[in-house]
Amino acid sequence: MRGLRAGYGIVEVLFGLDLDVDAGELVVVLGANGSGKTTTLRAVSGMLESRGEIVFDGRSLRGLRPDQVVQAGIAHVPQGRGTINDLTVVENLRIGAWTRRDSEVAADIDLWCDAFPRLGERRDQLAGSMSGGEQQMLAIARAFMSRPRLLLLDEPSLGLAPLVTAEVFDRLRDITDRTGTAVLLVEQNANLALDFAGRAYVLEAGEIVASGPAAQLQHDETVQKAYLGI
Amino acid sequence: MTDFLQVLFVGIGDGAIYAMLGLGLVVIYRSTGLLNFAQGEMAMFSTFIVWTVWDLGVPLPLAVIAGMVGGFGVGALAHQIAVRPVGDPHEKPLAVVMVTIGLFVGLNSAAQLVWGTLDRDLPPLFGSGGIEVAGVAIAWQKIGAVIVLAVLALGFYLLFQRTGLGLAMRAVASNSESASLVGVPVPKLLMLGWGLAAAVGTVAGVFTAPGRGLGSNMMQLTLIFGFAAITLGGFDSLLGAVVGGFVVGIASSVVPQYVPGFEKMPLAPAFILILAVLLFRPEGLFGRKQVQRV
Repeated sequence: MRGLRAGYGIVEVLFGLDLDVDAGELVVVLGANGSGKTTTLRAVSGMLESRGEIVFDGRSLRGLRPDQVVQAGIAHVPQGRGTINDLTVVENLRIGAWTRRDSEVAADIDLWCDAFPRLGERRDQLAGSMSGGEQQMLAIARAFMSRPRLLLLDEPSLGLAPLVTAEVFDRLRDITDRTGTAVLLVEQNANLALDFAGRAYVLEAGEIVASGPAAQLQHDETVQKAYLGI
Repeated sequence: MTDFLQVLFVGIGDGAIYAMLGLGLVVIYRSTGLLNFAQGEMAMFSTFIVWTVWDLGVPLPLAVIAGMVGGFGVGALAHQIAVRPVGDPHEKPLAVVMVTIGLFVGLNSAAQLVWGTLDRDLPPLFGSGGIEVAGVAIAWQKIGAVIVLAVLALGFYLLFQRTGLGLAMRAVASNSESASLVGVPVPKLLMLGWGLAAAVGTVAGVFTAPGRGLGSNMMQLTLIFGFAAITLGGFDSLLGAVVGGFVVGIASSVVPQYVPGFEKMPLAPAFILILAVLLFRPEGLFGRKQVQRV
């Protein structure tokens, strides 16, 4: 995306963001509360009006509705997981395949229930009655049901115990290794995120203040001070 | 005993009508979290469409189907031009409630403008005859209402539980933002919900009109009974609307007949039910408890 600007009403949150994700690449955007991480993702998925260019696979996403963005191959796991609480695990997965019209949906549901054994054990349980970690895994599995080429992932660690967060990231790494899906992750948990991602951006008050390979940013002094607590 | 059974069957027949209106209210409650005050007027308006088509010489059952299609259009249009532009009902509930009250007034006036203020006669869908069982006369119209209600309720159940479209409608009701993020076209499904609610309301109107006379105000009492029905059954439960409809119908028929003091207050049992349910079991008989995770 080039020169992305977005906001809520008259409040502008993003001031001309330039950000790239290559096919199959794992990219993280680090930033504190209110820096514009969530806004960035919402602008991409069409939940917010934005100015500037967002190009995916050579096609402009500007002005597309959320359902058209999903159709284009982008899935979005919102902050706070966004599981549909009154639906069961299987129903959540099935609705995740809403944009697909092929016959492999049932097979994919089984596939994700195998990939996340905790979901497999709870196929007919209402999503709202599951733990936070289980809901996060369900939200990720549901996003993959649309067979995306790019996954937008908004703070998966939020409200999860460190062990559970680690498990979520482990699973995610397994999946992306297998599917080759690119991930644009926004996180506050810099340690985990930088281990996971190949490249990273640092967002501050709606502007990118640093970027580079994740391994390099891990040793960058300002990043260490601000996000790693070293 | 015969008298009691007679009163009971009248209540069951009325209850089926309240339940039909209740089904429409539940469908809209599920998608907006609000009561649609215009539900009765949408039903009245589409019943006038039935009458117009029937008056042209079309057989009544076909005219009813035409009215349901017309009702679907009225509901869908009401959503597109009046409800949707106001905003997300979950964010501005009061504004959307005001819009449904506006629709109530608007549809009522529109019907008077188009069809005048004199009552029209719509014949009963199942004829004016009946059968007699053990000295109790039961009109075909009442039996028909129960059967039609059963078909409608089963249809809604299958739609919501067995089809992808119904799954998407439930997803929108539960979490519209997430539904939108997985690619469900939320506004289209909300429009569909309003259309379906109005279409099922048509049938309630068709069963109300022969007894009361087809006029612009004919559904207003029925709507209050419909509110009582879904309050009792639970705002978000289709089964609750059916059970609640029958309970309210029976109570409104039996109580004024047998309880001294209620003879001249046919609405009182319904109001007492609403009050009692809200006091002692706010989620209704079959509704989901609102539990907030913090």
